[in-house]
Amino acid sequence: MYENRDGIMIGLEVHVQLNRLKTKVFCGCTTDYHNDPPNSHVCPVCLGLPGALPVINKKAVEAAIKVGLALNCRVEEHTQFYRKNYYYPDLPKGFQITQYDFPISSGGYIIIEGEDGEHRVGITRAHMEEDPGRLVHEGTIDKSKYTLIDYNRSGMALLEIVSDPDMRSPKEARRYLDKLRNIVEYLDIFDGDLEGALRVDANISIMGGQRAEIKNISSHKGAEKALLFEIVRQKNVIRRGGIVVQETRHFDEAREITLSMRSKEEAHDYRYFPEPDLVPLKISGWAPAIKATLPELPDARRMRFVEEYGITDDHARALTSELKLAIFYEDVAEKADPRTAAVWVCDVLKGELNYRDMTIEAFKKEHMLSIIELLVSKKITEDGAVEIIRALLDKGGSPEEIVKEKSLLKVEGDIVSIAAAEAIKENPGAVADYNSGKEKALNSLVGAVMKKTKGRADARTAREILLGKLR
Amino acid sequence: MATINELKESMHSGSSEEIVAEYLERIEKSKLNAFITVAKESAINRAREIDSKGEKGMFSGIPIAIKDNISTKGIQTTCASKILSGYVPPYDAHVIERLKEAGAIIIGKTNMDEFAMGTSTETSFYGPTRNPWDMERVPGGSSGGSAAAVAGGEAPFSLGSDTGGSVRCPASFCGIVGLKPTYGVISRYGLISYANSLEQIGSFATCVRDVTMLFDVIAGHDSRDSTSVDRIDTHLDARTYASALVNDVKGLKIGVPEEYFDEGTDKGVENSVRDAINTLEELGAKSQIVMMPHTKYALSAYYIIAMSEASSNLARFDGMRYGLRTEDSDWHTTFSQVRAAGFGDEVKRRIMLGTYALSAGYHDRYYLKALKIRTLIKQDFELAFKDVDVLIAPTMPYPAFKIGEKIDDPISLYLSDVDTVPVNLAGVPSISVPCGFSGGLPIGMQIIGKHFDEAAILRTAFTFEENTDFHNKTPEGM
Repeated sequence: MYENRDGIMIGLEVHVQLNRLKTKVFCGCTTDYHNDPPNSHVCPVCLGLPGALPVINKKAVEAAIKVGLALNCRVEEHTQFYRKNYYYPDLPKGFQITQYDFPISSGGYIIIEGEDGEHRVGITRAHMEEDPGRLVHEGTIDKSKYTLIDYNRSGMALLEIVSDPDMRSPKEARRYLDKLRNIVEYLDIFDGDLEGALRVDANISIMGGQRAEIKNISSHKGAEKALLFEIVRQKNVIRRGGIVVQETRHFDEAREITLSMRSKEEAHDYRYFPEPDLVPLKISGWAPAIKATLPELPDARRMRFVEEYGITDDHARALTSELKLAIFYEDVAEKADPRTAAVWVCDVLKGELNYRDMTIEAFKKEHMLSIIELLVSKKITEDGAVEIIRALLDKGGSPEEIVKEKSLLKVEGDIVSIAAAEAIKENPGAVADYNSGKEKALNSLVGAVMKKTKGRADARTAREILLGKLR
Repeated sequence: MATINELKESMHSGSSEEIVAEYLERIEKSKLNAFITVAKESAINRAREIDSKGEKGMFSGIPIAIKDNISTKGIQTTCASKILSGYVPPYDAHVIERLKEAGAIIIGKTNMDEFAMGTSTETSFYGPTRNPWDMERVPGGSSGGSAAAVAGGEAPFSLGSDTGGSVRCPASFCGIVGLKPTYGVISRYGLISYANSLEQIGSFATCVRDVTMLFDVIAGHDSRDSTSVDRIDTHLDARTYASALVNDVKGLKIGVPEEYFDEGTDKGVENSVRDAINTLEELGAKSQIVMMPHTKYALSAYYIIAMSEASSNLARFDGMRYGLRTEDSDWHTTFSQVRAAGFGDEVKRRIMLGTYALSAGYHDRYYLKALKIRTLIKQDFELAFKDVDVLIAPTMPYPAFKIGEKIDDPISLYLSDVDTVPVNLAGVPSISVPCGFSGGLPIGMQIIGKHFDEAAILRTAFTFEENTDFHNKTPEGM
């Protein structure tokens, strides 16, 4: 059992933008605006022009139900939209259409890798709402003389996923975010690489005290950092004999600290009431059909990988943690030895990609198949394979070209044999050490052989030949 | 005053341009202040176009006046508010699209109470509209400009909107016909919201047939309004409401809700409406008293719901994207300054009261309670309609009052909506038709129907009109 000594309770509110939909949530404007000029994809509805009315995008509701089901939620019989009233320059109607009573789904959970193995995090609810516009400042928000507003984002469908306060450390919060992102990516409703795709508000309390809500977190790493800071801050308050007050705090990403925004007393009264322009939506009949279309989710795929391909659970977990990586692996594993493929995709390729901040899309699966083929037929060494992967990522080309260019084909046995004889001759000290029982001395001889063959010899072969000659 | 069919006739020998020019001239000479914006140039150009092409739509070449809370592409739309002065919408409301397809020509945008909040058209930033029957009196509201324009011969027909009586009240005060359809029959897309769950676009004309023809053109489903309904009365021949215009009320069961004739009702009004019921009985209808016991709570419930919705609907007017803009400052200050300078007193009063009614701690006591009363009012109607086909009652408790008489007493103004608001709470259709005069001022009676049974109230109104001549009287000099 994990001993949560500080009584840390963390709950997260995650805003997932349903950016794989074709149109916005209440109008026909495209969601594909990221490379276009500001305010080029707007209409009377998403600009909130007088007289314009919202109409629900059915596909957005379906996507929301999909997420609800994937998060093991109960999908409600009927769902309703509400108005959340507040003023802000990015909000063109002076209210946000969201959900309040009768959210689309509630009462679910997801399983994460917790501090002490598998840990269940409850999902309070997942509800739909619209995204406001985006404020743009020249320089920093404090120094900018004006604010520009881009309404391209206004009216994008958001899903707010609220967790129970079940996470006991910032690490668990990060794992939860990773898992959640993983699930919504699998559902093909979300592209996490786009600007503003996923935003997080974190609630945290320690030792049964009041909670602080931290806003403006835009990354998983940011969430972990904000929470780590907040734990220290709350502990310090208590250590000095103070009381942690309920408040909303702002995460300053650059300085990695949280700052007080407003106290409980200053909290907004959002005056929620049912949106009169949208009638309650009966969705009771929708869920079964949507459930039938649910794709295989990360946990199921992980278990299948272990069973079907005979790879380790660690490899399966890593390979399924990103949808694109899992698909890449499966394509390779179908045509090559699955275990070798797991080692090379997961342990080598993924590491080299991370090092370069690249994604799996930067690498062709045909290249991975060629490399494995070269390895299995013992035409190249493992070191050689790593070198090919690096060259492909850095310069491009094909494995065959790189093999030729760098002369990576394994050298013939007699060349190794000659090199071994030379090495023995040139290193009498090491030979003497080995003969007197210092087995490690053999390593320096292997090293010498590798040097003479410029790395093209297979280390294991060199070792065997040396042993034969020394016997 | 010319009816639509007469105008269509006259077009055979004359032209649309002549008709439009004639109405424009009357508007120009008028002292009614019925219009905020006159679309002179575009109207004439469109008339010439129609003349040259010989278009044959339902309303080809006929001018129409539009209440200034209905979005018209390229024509300023202000809601009679300073905050929207200069706002030219980039899109047409659904009803405007329909009218343009039918060939109608928008002659101008009519005066109204600011954001449709009023019963007298006195809260307009552009000054009050006058009643063609007595220039010292109000035309009713909030669609006062649209009603006065028709009664004063400045447009053959017009569009208004009815949130709590805003079509029926001015129809009654101006001695013309005004229809508020069932909630959901006409798309609200492009109608600038005051209280979304209550309001419908309605039509004005000098006779039931014209009102019906206009209704036929603008009714019907629109996918851009989620509350618009995809149905039309199946009893109708040829799926037009005009087919319901039959001069026959034999066997019609009329309900008379006594609650609508209470002590605040002017004697002249009461007598006229009761006489009208007698007339219909002589024509073969039967009447009976019906109980509408929750009527007395309707006003309070109506104002709480309307103001609550308004407080949210009007939040978008912040000067950021269109309309009035004061000197730039930080956003809090700019928002406050724009709204302080842009809204009139009545609008501010309703925003504040609505905000209060929705606030934490008061929400249940006011807003939720009002919704419960609304359900009870609906049940009153459902029960009554088990026994009768239509209900008949006064539209307004009294004829048009004087300009300035009630404007400083908001409660007294709110009280004058007592007979019209229950209809909006229930969402049922109602038509106001002229049924008499009191002291030289017209009196209107409203005929209320079941949900989606516009056919019954149109037939009743038509039969009454065919057998009386109240609608033929026109104001002196008009």
